[in-house]
Amino acid sequence: MPIKSYIVFPSKGKKDLLRQQLASLAGCEVIPALNKDVLILVTETFGNHEEDALMASLEKIKEIEHLSLVSGYSDHAIHDHNNK
Amino acid sequence: MMNRRIFIKKTAAFSAMAAAATMVPGILFAHEQKHDNPASDITWHKAPCRFCGVGCGILVGTQAGRAVAVKGDPNCSVNKGLLCVKGYHQIMCTSASDRLTKPLIKKNGKYVEVTMKEALDLVAAKMQETIKKYGKDSVAMYTSGQSTIPEGYVASKFMKGAIGTNNLECNARLCMASAVAGFLTTFGADEPMGCYEDIEHADVFVLWGNNMAEMHPVLFSRMLDNRLRRKNVKIIDLATRTTRTSKAADISILFKPQGDLAIANAICYELINNNWLDKNFIEKHVVFFKGKTGLGYGLEDKFAFKDEPEAIDFDQYKAFLNDYRPDKVEALTGVPAKEIKYLAALYGDPNLKVVTYWCMGINQHTRGTWANNLIYNIHLLTGKISQPGNGPFSLTGQPSACGTAREVGTFTHKLPKGVVTNKKSRELAAKIWKVPYERIPDKPTYHTTEMFRAIDRGDIRFIWIQSTNPLVSLPRTSRYRPALAKDSCFVVVSDVFPTPTTDVADVILPAAWHIEKSGLYGNSERRTQYWDKMIEPPGEALPDAWMTIEVARRMGFAKLFPYSKEKHHEEIYNEYRQFHAGKKHNMAPLSVLKKQSGAIWPYIEETGRSTLWRYNSRYDPACDTTKDFDFYGKPNGKAVIWLRPYEPAPEMPDNEYPFWLNTGRVIEHWHTGSMTRRIPVLHQAVPHAYVEIHPADAKRLGIKHNQKVKVISRRGQTVLPASVNDRGLPTPGQVFVPFFDENMLINDTTLDAFCPISKEPDFKKCAVRIEKV
Ligand code: SF4
Repeated sequence: MPIKSYIVFPSKGKKDLLRQQLASLAGCEVIPALNKDVLILVTETFGNHEEDALMASLEKIKEIEHLSLVSGYSDHAIHDHNNK
Repeated sequence: MMNRRIFIKKTAAFSAMAAAATMVPGILFAHEQKHDNPASDITWHKAPCRFCGVGCGILVGTQAGRAVAVKGDPNCSVNKGLLCVKGYHQIMCTSASDRLTKPLIKKNGKYVEVTMKEALDLVAAKMQETIKKYGKDSVAMYTSGQSTIPEGYVASKFMKGAIGTNNLECNARLCMASAVAGFLTTFGADEPMGCYEDIEHADVFVLWGNNMAEMHPVLFSRMLDNRLRRKNVKIIDLATRTTRTSKAADISILFKPQGDLAIANAICYELINNNWLDKNFIEKHVVFFKGKTGLGYGLEDKFAFKDEPEAIDFDQYKAFLNDYRPDKVEALTGVPAKEIKYLAALYGDPNLKVVTYWCMGINQHTRGTWANNLIYNIHLLTGKISQPGNGPFSLTGQPSACGTAREVGTFTHKLPKGVVTNKKSRELAAKIWKVPYERIPDKPTYHTTEMFRAIDRGDIRFIWIQSTNPLVSLPRTSRYRPALAKDSCFVVVSDVFPTPTTDVADVILPAAWHIEKSGLYGNSERRTQYWDKMIEPPGEALPDAWMTIEVARRMGFAKLFPYSKEKHHEEIYNEYRQFHAGKKHNMAPLSVLKKQSGAIWPYIEETGRSTLWRYNSRYDPACDTTKDFDFYGKPNGKAVIWLRPYEPAPEMPDNEYPFWLNTGRVIEHWHTGSMTRRIPVLHQAVPHAYVEIHPADAKRLGIKHNQKVKVISRRGQTVLPASVNDRGLPTPGQVFVPFFDENMLINDTTLDAFCPISKEPDFKKCAVRIEKV
């Protein structure tokens, strides 16, 4: 359902491992940032259940020191526009 | 056309990349965004951002009468296409489900929907009736640094020119009044001499009490970008709390609250005693003055103060500084003498270009005017001023605190040009407004704090509040909320959303938001920016200016407000421009502002250029060309170095209230949060306020991260979750609370003490205690 983007602050020395972990999750796309200390994560899920499951998976990753939500678009916004 | 989902996915990624750039080194500019962004059937319109005083250029995408996207304007020199998270998401608040769309009148304690005609009839009738019964000075207007230039201008003309009262104030008193008083006392003219281009020229940036990474994020990114490109650039963060700015800075220096006054004097001591002076500059362009000391703090109603400036000489100034030797100042400020000496050496090095940036830390200060003067002293002693990369630069918080509040002059003492106490200023206003000269009163009445005290006392019986939310943003709301709720004052509030201030209104008028009307803003660097209306406001919402005009007409002032509904913003701007005609403040014509992303005044019509550095005859044609620098705001063309001592804060931590309370903002929220808390992505990012506590204090008090605690002062209390080791880190003995959250009103606890010269309150220092809930 929603599309969201985050700045991900990895735990010290765990950036590469974290990138692999995130990339392996369904609905996750990892983009390297110009700022080498952080990663950009874009998530796309279909349905509340999927979104909740993804959140639960992210919460379990120890290599994430801090996740900062930057942008979020609801399904409504996406479809509303496409249906015009 | 690219699939909308892919488009949104890319936009989401770009927002995050840009946000990452604003927090820490790295930057993303518009050409990179454009590179990957799909072409679409969206039409793009230029405007300044709705939120902060940086004044980034935005491009708003509309489609079928709706705003659907925002991106940074690559042609705007302010941001070169970059925006912060607030900027990217701004239009999302317009569709909030609780948007005010119909006028509401309180009848028997309940709000009832009425037509706009009925509501405006009532506002005009109430205002007239109050004036008849209690006199002109019983009615007031309280406006905003977020009002557009035309909105501020008609409010001033209505109150001062039509009704004939100086009961007009705006919320910029809470953020920029000390900057204004600092500029006027030192240079005789308001607003910075430099511009944002300084960022690309400076070698050293001293950020003084200013968390730029969160409050002026796009400028901060430009600074970081500059540091990446040029290896010798240094950023020094001088603050009372560790923030994202401190983390990105090369050096972070922490000082005790109020210590800034002593540090600035200590730097000047070092400059003089090491002979790091520009003697030629001082001789030609500077004079020395002292003023009154022991000014008081404005804590009592009807507090009055008048400074008594007295000329002194360099030797008297030098002798005064002997009390500020760095080793003496160390104990008072907590800053090691070697760090003060280091700062002085940077300022004093003739081969380094230095810009000082500050904002609320210096302005919201019971000695705010002094603090501004003291920073100017440093730049005047070293001659590092009014040149590319060299200068003191006071940053603004609100998008048009400069353009509207300061330039139009929506303060009790101001007119669009000059002050009410000046006969020539009143004559000019009377001439342009076509009103009898005698109608404009020659004495200021109430500054903001005193205006709300007057409401509490029953002296003000009618107030119209536009585009601001004082019951969240005033200091000591625990006094002023019940005051505004009293039956003795009829309260009209125009806003886009319901707020704690509309909660006490007798009439609520739905206002058009930013892009739902045309307008002009003026940002921190003297840049005036125009935008065209892009979409229709919902329901009966109207631009604030038009509501003022309608009420003025109903009160019998139709002749003074002959503007048309469609073009009133243009007609008003053209009338307003007359006030600033002349070399020193000429404003760009509308035809220019419609074409480009703003122009910096004084605008030179002959060449079509902005004046980037004032007071320097190489750049500023208003200067006397026989001089290299000309501080023409002062009759003798000379700037003033002020002898201003350290004086303590009015309330300091003690046994009962052992913590300093500092308040401020976070990057995600704009001021009182009435807009940004309705933008889901920003609200989710920081859904509520919190109180930052130093880990050692938290441990001692047995408080854990996220645990609810009470912040209690002598004036009130509020409950918030504790924040330990998260975004910011206060020093031990200090707590910090962002003020955006109407459900956790930290201003119930703050102190309504203010700078006696500028009348700006100090939101950064009072004493509190913390209790577990
Ligand atoms: S820095 Fe200020 S003006 Fe620029 S996008 Fe952010 S809020 Fe808007």
